[in-house]
Amino acid sequence: MTTLTDPPKESFRLSMLINDTRYRSLTFQAIAAIALALAIFYLGNNLIQNLRAAGLNISYDFLGDPAGYDINQRLIEYDSQSSHARAALVGVLNTLLVAFLACVTATIFGVIAGVLRLSNNWIVSKLMAIYVEIFRNIPVLIWIIIIFTIMTAVMPGPREFRGDNATSSMVFDLFAFTNRGVYVPMPFFENGLFGNAVLNWVVVLAVAIGSWFATRAVNARATETQAQTGVRPNTLWINLAIWLVPFIALMFIMGLAWEVPELKGFNFKGGIKVGGPLIALWFALSIYTGAFIAENVRAGIQAVSKGQTEAASALGLRPNKVMNLVVLPQALRVIIPPLISQYLNITKNSSLAIAVGYADITATLGGITLNQTGRAIECVLLLMLFYLTASLLISMAMNVYNASVKLKER
Amino acid sequence: MADQDNNSIAFVATEVIPESPPPARETGVVKWLRENLFSSVTNTILTVLALGLIYLVLKATMPWIFNGLWTTSSLAECREILDGTTGACFSVLTERWNQLIYGFKYPVEEYWRPNLAFLLMLVAIAPVLFFDLPRKLLIITALFPFVAFWLIWGGTILAPLVALIGFVAAGAFFQTFGRSNFALGFFGAIVIALLVWSLGGAMIPEGASENALLPAVPSRDLGGFMLNMMLGLTCVSLSVPLGIALALGRQSNMPLIKGICVVFIEFVRGVPLITLLFVASVMLSYFFPPDATVDLFLRVVIMITLFSAAYIAEVVRGGLAALPKGQYEAADSLGLDYPQAMRLIILPQALKISIPGIVNVAVGLFKDTTLVSVISMFDLVGMIRGPILASTEWNGVYWELFGFAAALFFVVCYGISQYSQWLERKLHKGH
Repeated sequence: MTTLTDPPKESFRLSMLINDTRYRSLTFQAIAAIALALAIFYLGNNLIQNLRAAGLNISYDFLGDPAGYDINQRLIEYDSQSSHARAALVGVLNTLLVAFLACVTATIFGVIAGVLRLSNNWIVSKLMAIYVEIFRNIPVLIWIIIIFTIMTAVMPGPREFRGDNATSSMVFDLFAFTNRGVYVPMPFFENGLFGNAVLNWVVVLAVAIGSWFATRAVNARATETQAQTGVRPNTLWINLAIWLVPFIALMFIMGLAWEVPELKGFNFKGGIKVGGPLIALWFALSIYTGAFIAENVRAGIQAVSKGQTEAASALGLRPNKVMNLVVLPQALRVIIPPLISQYLNITKNSSLAIAVGYADITATLGGITLNQTGRAIECVLLLMLFYLTASLLISMAMNVYNASVKLKER
Repeated sequence: MADQDNNSIAFVATEVIPESPPPARETGVVKWLRENLFSSVTNTILTVLALGLIYLVLKATMPWIFNGLWTTSSLAECREILDGTTGACFSVLTERWNQLIYGFKYPVEEYWRPNLAFLLMLVAIAPVLFFDLPRKLLIITALFPFVAFWLIWGGTILAPLVALIGFVAAGAFFQTFGRSNFALGFFGAIVIALLVWSLGGAMIPEGASENALLPAVPSRDLGGFMLNMMLGLTCVSLSVPLGIALALGRQSNMPLIKGICVVFIEFVRGVPLITLLFVASVMLSYFFPPDATVDLFLRVVIMITLFSAAYIAEVVRGGLAALPKGQYEAADSLGLDYPQAMRLIILPQALKISIPGIVNVAVGLFKDTTLVSVISMFDLVGMIRGPILASTEWNGVYWELFGFAAALFFVVCYGISQYSQWLERKLHKGH
């Protein structure tokens, strides 16, 4: 008879820390923890010693001091007596502005170039391939500087608009393209509802959001009707009316007027000034990232199997509808994840503003403020914190959208 | 099918009619044009628009390029000769060629050193890029960093020699003990290398660089496209191993190591390179010992390497995740331990999948080396924006200079991406 006995219980031996896979990972992690602690201690100790030797301390008090420098492109009130914190806020808003603008235009460029690259027109597809290769293989910094140079060195100065035989003239008497930037008419309200410009724009925004919800409701109803009767009611006119009627009425009540830029003294006055650095940065980021997005769009469309297109055509859909109803919804699932990282890249690349003097967060907080106050560690840390937060928020928002278009599987 | 009377048929062809050529519109150029350019109204409009665009671009650039001057000594002279006609002033390139390539401080009589280093680089890189070359050439690749360092920076030959000996000793130790016990070999090799370096460093006599064979050139004198090449090459080659290590760490099932890697990767990927360069230029020296002066070049290399390592780690992680689970299980069932499984089975396949991604990161990194001009290092872009455009002779020649910079980067980056596509085709085993 054989009897089953438990294997002898092994007692813990020191060599098991290396040789036994159950304990080895603990050993390694303990070593890693000690190494990390030592490294942090070493770096922190160096930091403290260096700061003491230089007579510095870590303090964020400088943020409250007057900044003492001017920012010419800004979205909120700011003058040289404002604090460094306010300068940083101006920078943050400027970063967000250029990142948002560039994301929109880069997507437009990218989608157009990506779709055209698959065109069966030989010349067009080759042109788009050249566009993509050229812009992808040359540093974005060089593009920003080239476009900034065009803006400043090639565009006419304001004085060339002067006099009877001026060498330059305004486009339609509304837009002025000068080496200092582009001047466009600015809308304002003559008899606003509240006497406050900001509040009036909030009203406009509220009306737009209301119209959006209304059109959504109308479309949902149309879909319901279609599901019941099989015939989709024509919603185009209703939707147009929902958008336009309240909007036009509002504009009429509030008295919309345009402030047209005019040449006064040595420069243009009035209207909205879009500075040369902003345009250079915006346009360069758009065409550069557009080339990358074009490749993503092309890969996404090619990832949709040809059978899908053929099946849709066999159902009798027109090419337009095949694209909108069958190919694009499937391609979007492939396109969106890399698109998120391109948006992140735009946001991060907008930090190159410092090369052309656009007052984004890197140029205000990381540039002039850092140089004036000498608070290198505090400024760089705040800068990193801002970009980390922005990156996280963008990827969170896009992941939510990505989840909503995801293939619904069991 | 009743009986057919041949006589009732009026005409019978007795010979085969020769094949006629297809109609003109269905063959050759015409067919190609009809199918590719004018297949529909929209297509025709697009074609016409594209042709118009090409015409406009060529009309603007061709006279400018072919009318270009190459031998004047200043912009004013150039404009005088051109006398109002369109034409480029490429003379800035010929006159400032040395500055564009080597920066404006590198001693002229030492230009042969970077040149030689560049040639050696081509030889050293060849066996890495093309697997058909004899493997013995890899010895040159291994020696290249030390030789190139000595050539470009000059100074005493003892410094690179000590570094080399440290690596050789570590390699020998790993060869002897690493086979049986990876951990012992690996950590022992690190200890040996550190030992050799500290001992050797102490033995280099004070002032050995003063009357060395090659005069020492400080890092701040490096510049131009040479600086871009050096930063790009160094950082890529350093960040690939680091990135692989980070990727393996991120895939590890040890929570602490995984956590460190995740935090590092996500942090670095979340901030722009410029902020890391700011760290290198204004902040990093606070973290070194008070008496150490760490060269700006080295600080920049550290930060760019960390930056691209995080991106490479994500690419390699994708490759590791794309491998079928069976490969991991096969390695386990063969009785391989973790280092062996990784080295022999997992990493070769994962890296093959990751090649396009790694090359993308490398190209991006090479382009990003232009950002060092923001922290006032005089790389190619820094040279153009700084000393050259500020000089009285060449103030105002934007197109030629930026066109040159763009062309230089385009050639290198396009070359790298074409190589990666060739490599992908070559490594593709057809399954």
